[in-house]
Amino acid sequence: MRPYAVTKGRTAPASGSYVGLIDVVVSVGDPQLPADPQLNREHQRVLSHCRQPVAVVDLASEIDLPVGVIRVLLSDLSEYGVLRVITAQAGPATREHLLKDVLNALQAL
Amino acid sequence: MRYRHCDTVEAEVVPATAKILIAGGFGAGKTTLVGAISEIRPLRTEEMLSDRGIAIDDTSGVDHKTTTTVAMDFGRITFRADLTLYLFGTPGQERFWFIWDELAYGAVGAVVLADTRRLADCFAAVDYFEHRATPFLVAVNCFDGAPSYQPKDVRIALDLDPDAPVVLCDARQQQSVKKVLIALVRHAIAKNGASPRYQGRPLPAD
Repeated sequence: MRPYAVTKGRTAPASGSYVGLIDVVVSVGDPQLPADPQLNREHQRVLSHCRQPVAVVDLASEIDLPVGVIRVLLSDLSEYGVLRVITAQAGPATREHLLKDVLNALQAL
Repeated sequence: MRYRHCDTVEAEVVPATAKILIAGGFGAGKTTLVGAISEIRPLRTEEMLSDRGIAIDDTSGVDHKTTTTVAMDFGRITFRADLTLYLFGTPGQERFWFIWDELAYGAVGAVVLADTRRLADCFAAVDYFEHRATPFLVAVNCFDGAPSYQPKDVRIALDLDPDAPVVLCDARQQQSVKKVLIALVRHAIAKNGASPRYQGRPLPAD
């Protein structure tokens, strides 16, 4: 099957929301999706891999779908309210903290 | 129930993730470097370029929409349940700038791995990171039998900004790679303090 068939040809989320490679996603509430014509089997497959927090890139690798496809499916699930997206810390205030945290962790490795 | 954004959720471990890019020419040892320190065998995932990314190719005579697949190799270091570092090897062909933009977005910084036999192979990466103000250093991979250069020679040959560190490394050795990453993060902290603005620009909306 052509990869973007599962997203009905969409290559970007309709909402314009952006899910980054190392953003972490986790399912919220019932891991079983209700029947909805907007949601397909791939949505369910993605959601079932998100019971524990998982980074988008790890998820893509696990279920062997291109990142661009995963991104659209995740955005759908997020808008549906069954998935939480934890955006990687990137703002200036948190960046300083993150860098120092990573430095300390590397030195302790 | 609608999910709430992470910033509003308290009393819960929020996993922090960070990423470092490993760039350099073909055969410079990017995958070796990632493999030397990653807790997992480097994994591969794919990104697809749609029309926008392919526009730079000559598609004249192609009358249907095509997509190009770009492989991204990555490794991972889980320091704690709430802190994970990802290492991404950049795709070799410089025409995949779209992917580089995505990889560099929000990154701690980049390691440009240099093979002194083919120093010119890192020009494009150095230019790219300088242009978008991504903190980076040049790590000279000391291959057996490769000409040994002093870091200052490499700095001159690559015409580096004075503040960009140049270090020597052995991409096969975990301890050596660890030192490279530590040097990069220190450099990123210094640059962050000197210019405490957001490194990198947001991706354009599709």
